[in-house]
Amino acid sequence: MSVMKHGPKQALEGLKVIELGNFISAAYCTKLMADLGAEVVKIEDPEIGDEARSNGPFPQDSPHPERSGLYLYLNTNKLGITLNIETPVGRKILLHLVRGADIVVENNRPGYMAELALGYETLREVNPNLILTSITPFGQTGPYRDYRAYAINCAAAAGVSLSAGLPEREPIAPPLSLGHYQSATVAALATMGAVLARSRLGRGQHVDVSEAEVWATVHTGMMMHGYVVQNMKRIRSGYRAPGLFPNGILPCKDGYVFLVTIRGAQWKRFLELVGDGKIPEWYANNPNYTGTYLRDVAERYADEIEASLAPWLMSHTKEEIFSLCRARDIPVAPIRTIEEVYASPHLRQRGFFQPVSRPESGVYDHPGPPCRFSKTPWKVTRPAPHQGQHNRDIYQGRLGFSETELAELEATGVI
Amino acid sequence: MDYVLSNCRVVDFGWAAAGPILGWLLADMGAEVIKVETRNHVDTSRSTADNLDRDIEKDPWFHSLNRNKLGVTVDMSQLEGTDLLRKLIAISDVVLENFFPGVMQRFGLDYESLSRENPGLIMISLPGLGSWGPEASTPTYAPSICALSGLDSMLGYPGERILGVQQAIPDVNAGILGAYAVLAALVYRDRTGEGQHIELAQLEGLVSCLGEAFLGYAMNGRNSETQGNRSAAMAPHNNYRCQGEDQWVSVAVGTDEEWHSLCNAIGNPDLAADDRFDDRYKRHEHIDELDEIISAWTSNLTAHESTDILQRAGVAAFPCLSGEERFLDEHFREREVFSFYSHPATGSTLIPASPWKMSVTKCPVYRPAPMLGEHNQYVFGQLLGLSSEEIASLEARKVLY
Repeated sequence: MSVMKHGPKQALEGLKVIELGNFISAAYCTKLMADLGAEVVKIEDPEIGDEARSNGPFPQDSPHPERSGLYLYLNTNKLGITLNIETPVGRKILLHLVRGADIVVENNRPGYMAELALGYETLREVNPNLILTSITPFGQTGPYRDYRAYAINCAAAAGVSLSAGLPEREPIAPPLSLGHYQSATVAALATMGAVLARSRLGRGQHVDVSEAEVWATVHTGMMMHGYVVQNMKRIRSGYRAPGLFPNGILPCKDGYVFLVTIRGAQWKRFLELVGDGKIPEWYANNPNYTGTYLRDVAERYADEIEASLAPWLMSHTKEEIFSLCRARDIPVAPIRTIEEVYASPHLRQRGFFQPVSRPESGVYDHPGPPCRFSKTPWKVTRPAPHQGQHNRDIYQGRLGFSETELAELEATGVI
Repeated sequence: MDYVLSNCRVVDFGWAAAGPILGWLLADMGAEVIKVETRNHVDTSRSTADNLDRDIEKDPWFHSLNRNKLGVTVDMSQLEGTDLLRKLIAISDVVLENFFPGVMQRFGLDYESLSRENPGLIMISLPGLGSWGPEASTPTYAPSICALSGLDSMLGYPGERILGVQQAIPDVNAGILGAYAVLAALVYRDRTGEGQHIELAQLEGLVSCLGEAFLGYAMNGRNSETQGNRSAAMAPHNNYRCQGEDQWVSVAVGTDEEWHSLCNAIGNPDLAADDRFDDRYKRHEHIDELDEIISAWTSNLTAHESTDILQRAGVAAFPCLSGEERFLDEHFREREVFSFYSHPATGSTLIPASPWKMSVTKCPVYRPAPMLGEHNQYVFGQLLGLSSEEIASLEARKVLY
């Protein structure tokens, strides 16, 4: 890591990262670093390219490797080169790049890198300070390490799926690729830990992040004592979270609201809102509701109470309910659609969603920043690279290959 | 023992989940994390639905979230209390908090005041919707952030009502992303000596994990809809019913090669030639028929049997495990994902490991979660130099309370 002449302007400026990733997890992990100023060189296979390129969304739903919204979002601020690391020459070039790097992030299947004689031990010989970060479904060790698994399978393993959906129907995994983003963030965190430890230890290390384990520990691990020792059964319960009341998604005039009140006073204020200033008679006069611990109401009377609230809810829009509740310090919130979040005045005024322009694909608003640093800004200075866009900069500018050598590498399919 | 962080002191004002998770991860890395609580408002994670004893020292959530931390009790509404905290922060590296916006300022503990005495200080705040903006003053909990992010709007069976994710995903995401941001700020401080303030609005952190949905809207104006387990990129892609009560196996096919393997594995090689299922777009179009065919096969097997058969054929599959199955699972056991740890109040509690493994620096559980005020003596005596009499007096006057 070299210190800038005039001091770094971004938190991770000077940090050199190589990404050997496909699809989401490795790419989001290095995006988190690139957006804070790290130099990320993304290596793609010269023929197939990053899998994300063949996954949508695409403008007009027309697939094109340079127009995937997923790829564009995940690869901002990176330099892109092509390299076939399965060829002997490609392997040598990779080792050359590794020599000058601080971090390599990869999400290949366990064992793949070692089969190419590019496992951690080999990389370490070339560069003892290197941090290798591997993100996989089940980790680098253990009986399932070679299992094939996508996001839905990791969510299944960790029990996150079993808790969403209706009890008699199939469990629902978290939408989109949330698990990939979660494992990517944990990987970025552990990698930064290894960077901090490196100056004291005088060496790098191998970071092993398993997506199933990220769901199983930091997301759901606090419930294990309840499950195993206390024998608590927690079955998915549709639109309601079990054990609490009110805590569920209810229909209103134009959509849904999340009806949640954590403190008794908030629930009372909500009832007063519904009853035009006083708690409605159907509630106040029913000893079952008023005499029961709010948590037990969830088990016995939730259906009845929700039915009694329905007329009021159905005569208000979700945004009306939101502003009425906000004014009364009640945490009820509208279920917003992607379109509504995208247009949200709150996020827009905060400058969240920033336009990123790229010749081949157009200008689109990207989510971000995910967090804001007072001194060292998060920023997008460069859109995602075209496949091989920076071959010349890296191979000639940095590794010193000649024009002829470059042509030779291209002709032989190495780059 | 080699830890990731050493000589790093963190003052943890976290409560509920997001803040404490951030502190947990730094504590696992070896930072000295001092959790600040008060008996006037005990941390809600000391009284969750899992706390069957209703004893604030025994909540299993609290133990998972606060192991490896030290604990002090301070009444922040008293000036003497905030004075002591200011002195503690002056000799610390990181402050983390997830109070409602403006609370730290009210106690004179905002970044601007604190950094005057300690310019190297890194402070992170995790407000639900941010400290400013038209909706900043909204009281939020995990469900409201899931609702406001667009995430809930996608969870439900296809074409049916919205059910929502029903999990504290925004808190956990803020905890892991926040810990990353703190470490990035420490990397910067190592080189410049400068601290800074980080604001992580939990809503913005979560929306950043839904990139493809927002790019999809920006590109094609496509809005969210309930999608069940359907995936634009994969078909089949679902949880299928198996033998036994509430037993399911997740199956996902990403490539034509995997599709052909699945057809053979379920004993129906002719399917591979069926032109309804030729490529992923067609499989997606005929997803209901496809789901029926696979369900018919899995319903005669256990979730583990179907997983074994499909994995042997190179098809992604895994059972939807219950908590108990996860605990007994050989893979999670070998990787020591869950373990019992001993604590004076509980005897022993089952808690999860750190969400990563590192080859050199280990992250063991080296200290049980603190009892209320357990480390008042160490922190105010040893670190700040107060005498036992002074501490006793502060405790008697309920400043340390």
